[in-house]
Amino acid sequence: MGSKKKITVAVTGLNAVDSPGPGVAVARGVRELEGYDVRIIGLSYEALEPGIYMEGIADKTYQIPYPSAGSESLMMRLEYINEQEKIDVLIPNFDAELYNFIKLSPKLKEMGINTYMPTTEQFEARDKVNLYAFCQKHGFYVPRDKTIYNVSELPAVAAHFNYPMVVKGKYYEAVVCQTLDQAQKAFHKLEAKWGLPIIVQEYISGTEINVAALGDGHGETVSAVPMRKLFITDKGKAWAGVTLEDSRLVKLAKDFIKATNWRGGFELELMVTTDGRPYFMEINPRFPAWIYLTVGAGQNQPAALVKLAMGEKVKPYETYEVGKTFIRYSWDMIIDIEQFQHFSAFGEN
Amino acid sequence: MKILTNIAVSESGYLFNPTNGDSFSSNLVATDIITLMKQNKTSDEIKKALQAKYDVEKSTIERDYDEFIQELGDNYLLSTDGK
Repeated sequence: MGSKKKITVAVTGLNAVDSPGPGVAVARGVRELEGYDVRIIGLSYEALEPGIYMEGIADKTYQIPYPSAGSESLMMRLEYINEQEKIDVLIPNFDAELYNFIKLSPKLKEMGINTYMPTTEQFEARDKVNLYAFCQKHGFYVPRDKTIYNVSELPAVAAHFNYPMVVKGKYYEAVVCQTLDQAQKAFHKLEAKWGLPIIVQEYISGTEINVAALGDGHGETVSAVPMRKLFITDKGKAWAGVTLEDSRLVKLAKDFIKATNWRGGFELELMVTTDGRPYFMEINPRFPAWIYLTVGAGQNQPAALVKLAMGEKVKPYETYEVGKTFIRYSWDMIIDIEQFQHFSAFGEN
Repeated sequence: MKILTNIAVSESGYLFNPTNGDSFSSNLVATDIITLMKQNKTSDEIKKALQAKYDVEKSTIERDYDEFIQELGDNYLLSTDGK
């Protein structure tokens, strides 16, 4: 025990709710980092993120400003937190916050905080609005799409794609629409929630498969684990899933990493058609909320990312257990109101 | 017809296809058929074994077997290249 090196790792995304952030799962994986005595610092946006209060997740949590406040206020807050905690590695877990963290990464490095994130170019290349061009360039199957800024553009797009078609928000959420009326409603709802543009995508029928993977930034794959959702919530989130044995899916992740030199964790959202063609539906530039399944299957991606961030060599994983299943559950935690009040008032617990 | 080699079958008749994550519950007769298929028995050998075990007409065995094989095929559980 005494020979273990101490390491402090900060994670965001502690909102383990019905549409969960990956932070709690990432923290669990990092806690199992071999050879280290791990201290986890939670970074939360809201005082009611469950991960703040869950036993064995964050040793201490600090509130940070929303991404919309800009990178400067985030930096000021991180400087304060780092003075208290001396963070070694920081793992951002939300799409919407990544841009600010990528922008700040050189300054964070100067402060002794290591990250392992994609570059701005990598981050933007796989963005929803660029996905079609990106996949075409690299020879991946991808549904046709159209980025629109006005609801009046919908009829022409619908005539091109036919129904059903998928109307998607800039950051999150997608609605399968059977009629123009449904598409218009989805447009307004997603615009109000996530802003413009809206992406309209051709509907692909098939089995939804996800792959969680980790790239070393030089084209090599450290880990790739495919999963099929066994239970999907009304928000489209996996509430249960199982690891699959499919070398084609692992190869797809490897091809993506080779094509982009991807640095860090990511998730491929695929729709595999009945004739076996894997269509790229989305590429999420961070670990998914189900990332702890990779730990259960024998490839601890969050821990491997921490090692890479610390400059250590990481031997790529070669095998994982097929048929490992996760089942998410909800649980009523009981806390004292003082804990909540303290966090709300002081922005830390 | 051969069942895919990587299909996992439990004693209780639970089938798991590790390639696409599909899972199925099978009854006793179906479990017997799958177990025999995994032992590389021919269709004639399987039908004979079923007839010996269950007290039913040969024609019933034939029909049930064919229907079940069709169902396995419909669910992508059969090998198309002999693997």
